[in-house]
Amino acid sequence: MTNVPLLSVEGLTMRYGTRTGCADVSFDLHDGEVLAVVGESGSGKTTLLRLLAQELAPDAGRVRYRMRDGGVRDLATLDEAAQRLLARTEWGYIRQDATDGLRMSVSAGGNAGERLMAIGMRHYGQIRGAASDWLRRVEIDPARIDETPQSFSGGMRQRLQIARNLITEPRLVLMDEPTSGLDVSVQARLLDLVRGLVTELGLAIVIVTHDLAVARLLSHRMMVMRRGCVIETGLTDRVLDDPEAPYTQLLVSSVLAA
Amino acid sequence: MTGAIGYNFAYLDEQTKRMIRRAILKAIAIPGYQVPFASREMPMPYGWGTGGVQVTAAVLGPRDVLKVIDQGADDTTNAVSIRAFFRNTAGIATTTRTSEATVIQTRHRIPEGRLHEGQILVFQVPIPEPLRFLEPRETETRRLHALAEYGLMQVKLYEDISRHGHIATTYAYPVAVEGRYVMDPSPTPKFDNPKMDNSPALQLFGAGRERRIYAVPPYTNVRSLDFEDHPFRAQEFAEPCALCGAIGVYLDEVVMDDRGRRMFVCSDTDHCETRRAAGHRGGAFGL
Ligand SMILES: Nc1ncnc2c1ncn2[C@@H]1O[C@H](COP(=O)(O)OP(=O)(O)OP(=O)(O)O)[C@@H](O)[C@H]1O
Ligand SMILES: [Mg+2]
Repeated sequence: MTNVPLLSVEGLTMRYGTRTGCADVSFDLHDGEVLAVVGESGSGKTTLLRLLAQELAPDAGRVRYRMRDGGVRDLATLDEAAQRLLARTEWGYIRQDATDGLRMSVSAGGNAGERLMAIGMRHYGQIRGAASDWLRRVEIDPARIDETPQSFSGGMRQRLQIARNLITEPRLVLMDEPTSGLDVSVQARLLDLVRGLVTELGLAIVIVTHDLAVARLLSHRMMVMRRGCVIETGLTDRVLDDPEAPYTQLLVSSVLAA
Repeated sequence: MTGAIGYNFAYLDEQTKRMIRRAILKAIAIPGYQVPFASREMPMPYGWGTGGVQVTAAVLGPRDVLKVIDQGADDTTNAVSIRAFFRNTAGIATTTRTSEATVIQTRHRIPEGRLHEGQILVFQVPIPEPLRFLEPRETETRRLHALAEYGLMQVKLYEDISRHGHIATTYAYPVAVEGRYVMDPSPTPKFDNPKMDNSPALQLFGAGRERRIYAVPPYTNVRSLDFEDHPFRAQEFAEPCALCGAIGVYLDEVVMDDRGRRMFVCSDTDHCETRRAAGHRGGAFGL
């Protein structure tokens, strides 16, 4: 373990025209750490994830990442090819809408195996074996490996997204409300799965949610956003049990009241 | 220079031909890369080889000898009319003999005999983008080519094997050109893929509706994509041609009568005729 953060975000700011997407966001994320980003709709959570993933370019601020060789790089200075290589080897991105994160007309095995093929693996048997392994790990019956996600439930689709992203053993996973739209028992199973993978693989995760229970269950630290700005940040238990900002107090009490 | 009255040589005006030649030169300089060009209206509908016809028009000179084949045959309606079109508009000589032709326009086949230096093979292409099947967005496919990210192409082959137990793609089988760009060889059978590799002839591809030209220069490495444990294999035919006895050639099944009798014959009609003229005979003559 090193003390140099895996991800270091400084003053990240982006506007859509005159509307604020994300304003002056800074945080560090260490190996194996789970950061929950919570906030109401439109508070800039997805914008932040897309900035981290280099899918959007910031107006100000920077994102630094500790590469496997230990060197720290400003991601904006990497060329597109290097960024995309990182994206399919070192990072995962679980989309809120599984149809954005999966190829819906490609079989579960093809979805799960795509990253291996993208990094040059050319042995069908090995690719299929790894895909089948990962389906089992995310609790999808490997017998369904040749079905397309069209025939999968919402929870299965999210789990397939996880398999598809984790197959190359990334170090950092971005998750955008992976449990929203799922019913409560399915949510709980998915969260258990993610929790198990985090400890097993030592993943660092930035998980966006507006469900404080999800933040409580999964995250070490949390960050509360509103109108693009970070309102409060701290250890999850501290923020939830003893919120400092009035907005966070309101959030927490309204959940407790509900 | 003029052919038939009222037409410029080979129908297209000189400025258009220069524009197409520039695209062709660029395509030759970047083997397998799809070069956009301003496709013109041709006096035939899309799907009838307007891309190939424009490329042919741009490369034809008055001393060229043109051969046109469709599915390997010189005598199909499409081949006959394209040949007549250039005879009328360019006044050039045409032939059915592969060895005599300097320019060969083709749909769906590469001639059986090895081509020679100086020959140009022009393919008619309906869909030039090999990644289109899995990625509908043009901006994204261009980026994938630019960054040589071809995992998606492999996904297509993976899907094939998972569905059929083997790579079931039998035509338009994707190839990597000179280890760089992945290319759709047009709807030729994969049987012909090995002929594209290290060919002495220049291979040009024209897609009219999609407005793309791409090329494989002579003596260029062309490799069919595959998996280590499912290697590329060209189709093999169990029997020889019933007419000329050739083996190792692409055969078409021909229904002979209304009792459903069939035979397999060379799809390359010139190859078959040349062999028969030299005295080769297949099973159909022994009966
Ligand atoms: N493509 C866009 N064009 C213009 N404005 C946008 C765009 N995407 C987001 N915004 C605006 O930026 C702000 C932050 O949006 P963002 O999608 O990041 O919020 P969010 O926290 O993810 O919301 P939700 O919880 O609803 O997913 C909002 O005001 C939103 O309207
Ligand atoms: Mg969002």
